[in-house]
Amino acid sequence: MCLAIPGKLIEIVEEHGLKMGRVDFSGSIQKACLEYLPDAVPGQYLLVHAGFAISVLDEVEAQETLALWREYALATSEQEE
Amino acid sequence: MKYLEEFRDAELAKSLVDEIRRSATREWVIMEVCGGQTHSIVRNGIDQLLAGSVELVHGPGCPVCVTPLEMIDKAIAIAALPGVIFTSFGDMLRVPGSEIDLLTAKSRGADIRVVLSPLDAVRIARENREQKVVFFSVGFETTAPTTAMAVLQAQREGITNFSLLPAHVLVPPAMSALLSSDSNRVQGYLAAGHVCAVMGWESYEPIAAHYNVPIVVTGFEPLDLLAGILAVVKQLETGKATVDNRYSRVVTRQGNRSAQEAVTKVFRVVSRRWRGLGEIPHSGLGIRTEYEQFDAEKQFELSSNSVDEPADCLSGLVLQGRIKPSDCPAFGAGCTPAHPLGATMVSSEGACAAYFKYKQFLEPKWAFNG
Amino acid sequence: MGEEKNKSFQLSCPAPLSGHATIQLAHGSGGKLTGELIQSLFLKYFDNELLRPLEDQARLTLAGTRLAFTTDSYVVDPIFFPGGDIGELAVNGTINDLCMCGARPLYLSAGLIIEEGLAVSDLERIIHSMSRAAANSNVVIVTGDTKVVDRGKADRIFINTAGIGLIEHDYCFSAAGLRAGDKILVSGNIASHGIAIIAQREDLGLQTPIASDTASLLPLVNSLVTTYGAGIHAMRDATRGGIAAILNEFAASSQVAIRISEAAIPIAPPVAAACELLGFDPLHVANEGVMVVAVSPEFADTALEQMRRHPLGENASLLASVESCDRAVVTLRTRFGTERFVDLPVGEQLPRIC
Repeated sequence: MCLAIPGKLIEIVEEHGLKMGRVDFSGSIQKACLEYLPDAVPGQYLLVHAGFAISVLDEVEAQETLALWREYALATSEQEE
Repeated sequence: MKYLEEFRDAELAKSLVDEIRRSATREWVIMEVCGGQTHSIVRNGIDQLLAGSVELVHGPGCPVCVTPLEMIDKAIAIAALPGVIFTSFGDMLRVPGSEIDLLTAKSRGADIRVVLSPLDAVRIARENREQKVVFFSVGFETTAPTTAMAVLQAQREGITNFSLLPAHVLVPPAMSALLSSDSNRVQGYLAAGHVCAVMGWESYEPIAAHYNVPIVVTGFEPLDLLAGILAVVKQLETGKATVDNRYSRVVTRQGNRSAQEAVTKVFRVVSRRWRGLGEIPHSGLGIRTEYEQFDAEKQFELSSNSVDEPADCLSGLVLQGRIKPSDCPAFGAGCTPAHPLGATMVSSEGACAAYFKYKQFLEPKWAFNG
Repeated sequence: MGEEKNKSFQLSCPAPLSGHATIQLAHGSGGKLTGELIQSLFLKYFDNELLRPLEDQARLTLAGTRLAFTTDSYVVDPIFFPGGDIGELAVNGTINDLCMCGARPLYLSAGLIIEEGLAVSDLERIIHSMSRAAANSNVVIVTGDTKVVDRGKADRIFINTAGIGLIEHDYCFSAAGLRAGDKILVSGNIASHGIAIIAQREDLGLQTPIASDTASLLPLVNSLVTTYGAGIHAMRDATRGGIAAILNEFAASSQVAIRISEAAIPIAPPVAAACELLGFDPLHVANEGVMVVAVSPEFADTALEQMRRHPLGENASLLASVESCDRAVVTLRTRFGTERFVDLPVGEQLPRIC
């Protein structure tokens, strides 16, 4: 039950007393409930599942993860030389 | 950083694959317990890339697949009642009950509507006060907060014609059940990244310790899966057995506290029957008595009966990772997505469906009439 | 052998889920069940050699003249959508079906089934669209019919168009004409129409800038046929069932294997994202202004460039290659070098969540 893709929060609105966000997925926009991410601000990337934002994507962690993987790539190419 | 293409890079994938192959001194058996991960693995051919170094076994990670047959029958019974609008996620509609599925019920006139979010079901209830709106609450811990909020919202607005048919299940008890089984040959686990986004990974620590298996929190993009698998392999090679988070851009150790609190407020832990696995204690969520007006099981009189799967359906063994879909004699013959025997062939996250969709014809032994 | 297996399974299985007793929505979506219906009913009762090829159009010889003849019904909901309306679809769709065999579309019929209560201004808008689309392709609507049914019995309006075209060449463009070594080109971004339509469903809460790609492909077809003639082996416009449906039809008719390159699939980012959000496979999503062409390999590169220079082919791509094989299947090579199978869609794509 895991279909969730990251999108960019562009606007916060209120609907029926619930905090909702308009989230941009590469140009396609969908509304997601922000009640579980009370501190989310526009500009952040959010993980959305079943119409709810459940996590804010951490850019620092993302960059570090990619950097770690690039080290493997470097190690591979060094080994091949 | 858009968090998509970066995690699908073919060059980085290759180097992760190489690293896995270099690290593995024998073929390790690793299970993922998330249908989304199953699909990503099969769709991208990750199992092909790692053949010989890692055997990937698919676990009961598809909440659609493990919803008991009798639950489908209950859903159909409710949907068929006059004055009921039955709402559900799309994947439940083609899952076979003992006679028909929800889609067939729909074609026979039941008011069954697909929604993307439980809040949509609340909206339908708000807009149709004279009718009873029921939402089929299927899903793991990732989805439970969304249905919990639906109940809380309905309560706040005084919407009395809304209820849930609860069928939520929990991952850690299922993992423990599999690990306790005599036939278990799984040596390491990928923990479902989005379940952990909500729950954190604390609940896996006792499992890793007790059963001495490495458990790595893993994402869904191809690179995430390879990185998670690599982390498991490295632990196995060094005899470690801890919980490791390889999806750190999404998952924190404690998870999403407000989501967890909403779930605890509305639901309580109960025992559940898992289709194909049997009853697992403390493995499901039921609705608390304070919220029983939102519990369809209480609002509608439903007979409780246990129904057996067709004898030819081996989805239980597939869900436990004991056989691959292709090992089942009915696979592709009597059982196809258009005419399924069990849920694993129908659900978009089911292992059988994944194999049928992406793998048939690639292996010569699967010779069958298409 | 398969039949025997099925028989033994049915004896023990309590659920008669195979063999539908009622028509499902999936029977109309251009995938597996549509195929089953065609084989088990239409071919069974209508069988004749003109029908049997099951191309997009029938090719007839009437008093020495070769004609193409086709029909299509349009039931799209909503009837007005970004990029067009049901009227435009009804004309372009049938023109496309005719020109895919290289015919010059000439005449259309238009049969309307209108739901009581449709605004006359809406009907006028649709008729105007039809007339504009027909004029655009030098086609005339020469006959028609109108029926009105009770409120609730037709989703505002259903339109059927049938078309006749003139085949003025000796080429045979056919799904059965692919040969090992051929290259398959696609003329533009896929899945736009399907997503544009489904995004109109308010209950999905999806906003996209995507418009339907409905268009007459006639100019593009003419350009290719004029230049490459018999170097083109097959042409099809991709509609419901998506690119996957066409490639599977090609593979089955020609008994070849087709391998798609994942990296070469052209798709607009918002469409790709919408497909992911809804759990759709873009290869299975409907199109209205995209065509798939199988060409002899020596022309592949120049044909691709020619398509790209044309306004209808800006995003054209060399999508797949054709190989001889033991089994006529369509596969996809991922960007990781692995392979997976690409099947016909099974049923209606249900927006999925998990």
